[in-house]
Amino acid sequence: MSTLTKQDTFSSLFTAAPKNFESVRKLAEESFLAQDIPAPKAEEYKFTNIGKKLEQSIVNYSAALPIEVTIDQVKSALFEGFEGNVLVFSNGKFLPELSSSIESVEISLISAKPELALGTIAKPGKDAFTALNQATFEDGIFISVPKKTQIEKPILLLSFNQANQGQVIQPRVWIEAGDFSEVTFLDQSISLGESSYFLNKVVEVKGGINTQIRYYRLQNEGKNVIEVSNFETDIQQDARFTSVNISLSGDLVRNNLTLNLLGSNSEGNMYGIYLLNGKTHVDNHTNVDHTIPHAESNELYKGILADQSRGVFNGKIFVRQDAQKTNAFQQNNNILLSEEAIVNTKPQLEIWADDVKCSHGCTVGQLDEEALFYLQARGIDKVQAKGLLLYAFAGEVLEKIEEESFHNYCVSLIQERLGSKF
Amino acid sequence: MLSIKNLHASIDGTPILRGINLEVKAGEVHAIMGPNGSGKSTLASVLAGREEYEVTDGEVTFKGKNLLDLAPEDRAREGVFLAFQYPVEIPGVSSTNFLRTAVNQVREYRGQEPLDAVKFLTLMKEKMKLVEIDQKLLSRSLNEGFSGGEKKRNEIFQMAMLEPSLSILDETDSGLDIDALRIVSNGVNQLKSDQNATIVVTHYQRLLDYIVPDYVHVLYKGRIVKSGTKELALELEEKGYDWIKEEVDSAATV
Repeated sequence: MSTLTKQDTFSSLFTAAPKNFESVRKLAEESFLAQDIPAPKAEEYKFTNIGKKLEQSIVNYSAALPIEVTIDQVKSALFEGFEGNVLVFSNGKFLPELSSSIESVEISLISAKPELALGTIAKPGKDAFTALNQATFEDGIFISVPKKTQIEKPILLLSFNQANQGQVIQPRVWIEAGDFSEVTFLDQSISLGESSYFLNKVVEVKGGINTQIRYYRLQNEGKNVIEVSNFETDIQQDARFTSVNISLSGDLVRNNLTLNLLGSNSEGNMYGIYLLNGKTHVDNHTNVDHTIPHAESNELYKGILADQSRGVFNGKIFVRQDAQKTNAFQQNNNILLSEEAIVNTKPQLEIWADDVKCSHGCTVGQLDEEALFYLQARGIDKVQAKGLLLYAFAGEVLEKIEEESFHNYCVSLIQERLGSKF
Repeated sequence: MLSIKNLHASIDGTPILRGINLEVKAGEVHAIMGPNGSGKSTLASVLAGREEYEVTDGEVTFKGKNLLDLAPEDRAREGVFLAFQYPVEIPGVSSTNFLRTAVNQVREYRGQEPLDAVKFLTLMKEKMKLVEIDQKLLSRSLNEGFSGGEKKRNEIFQMAMLEPSLSILDETDSGLDIDALRIVSNGVNQLKSDQNATIVVTHYQRLLDYIVPDYVHVLYKGRIVKSGTKELALELEEKGYDWIKEEVDSAATV
């Protein structure tokens, strides 16, 4: 049983929280106290006992101090073929001296934007960790793309993380994209050292009408990292938003991803891969909320699980009464490579409109032995044949990454994993 | 080339093959016929190394090596090719990439240089003509959405690419219309030489009008109960399998 309690455990964070955004923080604090750390039986965290995991791994619940990051570290962290803009963070703190200035994009600290409507997209009442972040975050990054602007090269949010005295890291990101703008974000965190830390991240994206926003995230952190991430975006009329989330490691990872389709002819896409081994536990909770007619959502998550790893997928689709002519598709497929790997998958559709096209499906299976034999019977070595089949399975998601260099990087990471470990 | 002696095999404890004896020499075409459930496809699968089957007795040597000791991929590299009765659809794996991987792994095993992209494509184009297969088909995922005839043609195309010394065609004719059958058989015939051998597993005599066998064997209840020449196949076509069953079953009761 978890003995973590809200005030005691996180009291040092609350004490040390900056005094800005007073009403925003106060609201969040109340919300956090009302929600508490999810209990083991809490419906939304049923398969992910985060309280227990925190208790086992985190000793010092204060904010990790920023660590020194050098330009060489940044350079060597950039994946091959990367061309674009880099924003560098150390334990959540923005490091402007190591970051690119991006033509026509406004970059600022959140603390310099006291009027910012923090918590109006990712609302603290929805999740205790969103509330915790909003109440106690140190500072964060504000990124604004002006209207009618196409940012041709991707913007990489590159974070270096390491416990440093405190073990809590709380990045906060606010992205605005003006009407008719177009931008691609890449999000990658590097764990320095093996130490345990608790990453509690909140990203809010406020898109204008007819925007094209892509957000590709690679989670390939240390084996002792506990991470909760809350990502939420409002998608306006004629706009398209696409998320691709690749999870490869970590101790326990929980991603809450919410897309609110608020304007007609809008489109929201959620794609993900979790390729897990050891005891890694990855939980993807996604929500898509169709509030208006003529919008579309597509979702495809694929899991490959080896050893004693565990995957959780929960995909909620709400189609409200006004949201006629909605197209909503959801799919979650899993391959278990070991007897001890576990997947819990749960599609949840709530449809109040009557003229919609919705589908969902989930599968949990093993590697197709017949296909494996077919490849072997043509002279392909068994290990390679397995890799080929698993890669083909994952490939359907990988091809959603439209940024070529990042796509190639993810492909190489995944192929390497499939070739060696699996 | 291939020597099968007293081969017994079972699946989940149920015996299917109960003492198969067969000698296949280079340059020969053998047809294995028999009623449904007689063990024809099991024989093909055991030779290719399908793991569900357990060999309980007997031996199989292929070019002097103990075939049963080899993993399926090594059997393929040694020159055994199984044209599947039900070719598997593999989404996400392009036919071309798959074949290049296969061809180069086989070449590596045989001590040959891997083919570069250009040489591979040249070889592919040449072999495509044999079975009149469209390049568009090969840029798609392996067998995905292929018609029955396209799948079987693709099997023979793969056979042409891998240049096996022993080809086992498992019910390659089933479900084919006459045009497709002609194309597939034509491909097989062009690949025949005095260096390689073919085992044709079929339920129907029809295929043997196109691929003419040197020997015909009838499999029943896991044994070869009758062997002959192509005339035996014609007799089977005319009279069905019942007379053979009766012969065997009455002999067994004596």
